[in-house]
Amino acid sequence: MSVEAPPRNDVIVLHGRKVTPGVAEGEALVTHQTISGWGGINSMTGTVIETRHELKGVSFKDKILVFPGAKGSSGWSGAFHTTRLSKTAPKAMLFTVMTTKIALGAVVMRIPTMTDFDRDPLAVIETGDWVKVDADRGIVEVTKKGRG
Amino acid sequence: MVKLADDEKAMLDGKGGPAKQKAMELLVKYADALNCERFVDTNNIAGVPGSSTLFLKDYYKDFNGGNYEAIFSLFDLDSDQVVPVPKVTAYSCHLQGGVDPKEWDTLGKSREVFEHQQEDEAAVADHGIQVMKTCTPYLAGNVPVKGEHCAWMESSAVVFCNSVIGGRTNTEGRESTSAAMLTGKIPDWGFHRDDYRRGTHAIEVKVPIESMLDWGMLGYFTGYAVEENIPVITGVTYQPNLIRHKHFGAAAASSGGVELYHMVGITPEAPSREVAFGGNKPVETIAYGPAERRKTYEMLNSVGTDENVDFVMLGCPHASIEQIWEVANLLEGKKISPSTKLWLFTSRSVKSMADTNGYTKTIRAAGGTVLTDTCSAIGLAVPKGTKVVALDSAKQTHYLPAMMGIEAWFGTTKDCIDAALTGHWHGELR
Repeated sequence: MSVEAPPRNDVIVLHGRKVTPGVAEGEALVTHQTISGWGGINSMTGTVIETRHELKGVSFKDKILVFPGAKGSSGWSGAFHTTRLSKTAPKAMLFTVMTTKIALGAVVMRIPTMTDFDRDPLAVIETGDWVKVDADRGIVEVTKKGRG
Repeated sequence: MVKLADDEKAMLDGKGGPAKQKAMELLVKYADALNCERFVDTNNIAGVPGSSTLFLKDYYKDFNGGNYEAIFSLFDLDSDQVVPVPKVTAYSCHLQGGVDPKEWDTLGKSREVFEHQQEDEAAVADHGIQVMKTCTPYLAGNVPVKGEHCAWMESSAVVFCNSVIGGRTNTEGRESTSAAMLTGKIPDWGFHRDDYRRGTHAIEVKVPIESMLDWGMLGYFTGYAVEENIPVITGVTYQPNLIRHKHFGAAAASSGGVELYHMVGITPEAPSREVAFGGNKPVETIAYGPAERRKTYEMLNSVGTDENVDFVMLGCPHASIEQIWEVANLLEGKKISPSTKLWLFTSRSVKSMADTNGYTKTIRAAGGTVLTDTCSAIGLAVPKGTKVVALDSAKQTHYLPAMMGIEAWFGTTKDCIDAALTGHWHGELR
């Protein structure tokens, strides 16, 4: 899918469904690959550790994590729950494929999370963009990097 | 918003006590996150209730010293207060844990960890939860039946329950299973529902798949190919037995997120390709031929360069008695290389059978050890100084090198035993 570059200072707005409530803003970290929880991340450092993952070694701490969703072990919620305790959790999550792993994970991480968007967030948002997530109103505002 | 039945509303209103209330609050948030409209009753739950690492115990030390009740309340039920946790009312079992209670020192664990685990285990039993301590509950006495609504953790057990048995469970997490143990409720979403169980992707097998190695590789390939979707596998000419399904499913659940597969003519919901797809048009048709087989083997062996093997780990998912019998036969009257350790993981229940049959003794006489409760990945336990491991499980090969920063070779059980005896990797794709 190709996305037209927005006019300077323009904000792209996506509408979606609240998975878990809250409002947050921060820098986007985008991956087109699903993420494993247990065995796929280090909960103490908030980094992806999976061998062939495109984010291997990258930290999602305090980012707006934009990804297709969860895969792998049933320890997904437990591993991401632990990032909340060790203060390495993302600020918010935007994802495209619903699974029980990510739904439960979003609840126990207690961060705003959204899905079911009117536009594909993986096509619109790039790593480094500034993203405001208002899950309660079902709105995501994206300011492309270098444009804000 | 999820609609509540009277008994669910009563629990949410606190009529079953504070723990059931917290459990119901969590399940309601979870159901709403899923956009699910109702709960389904479940009386078969498998999780890791209240289990704690030293990190969790320390984190919650200001709450009752981080005891079982505190961790169950604050972590499992995601409550902000510690609540009294009653005995469970639904049939529940505890899956794998972190340390073998008899061989904790072999695993390199401290007495503190062992004693802590013993306390947890006593609390699990006190709460009426079966202490199975295995990732293969279906080999330790908890075998669901077709159509039974379960709430299971452990991706390899989930895919076995759904696919091989025709039971119904999503891949639940620790928090949802602990809440279900107290309430007997789980969101009626996903694999609990007929329409969700239909196949989405076609996998056409073009090479003979017989050995456990080949089933593991086909599973690993399938997981990568379909991610979290539902593959329908055709072209299988060899009837897989339990251990082959176990390795296929575990691999597919690790490389992707496969929670249900259909094998035409083999699994219970796939008498034909048409029934397996249930009217769905395959999103994609993917072939698995000699080239894919070779590529999968190479992918699984991409983190091995040093042919000196210092550790062989078997039993992921936990070994069945058939596998332990095979290992004992391969090791009988032989000695493992002094530079190599061999650990085989299983459940306590299967180990007691191995003890009775003399297999544990045979393996020990050769220099190997049969261990229970955990595995190298779950327990973060490899022999001190391990640099290179040999594995017969695609799932363990997926996880262990990344988690422990070691090299790994993947091959047949026989390749692994050969590596244990000689200290060298000679495996190749045959």
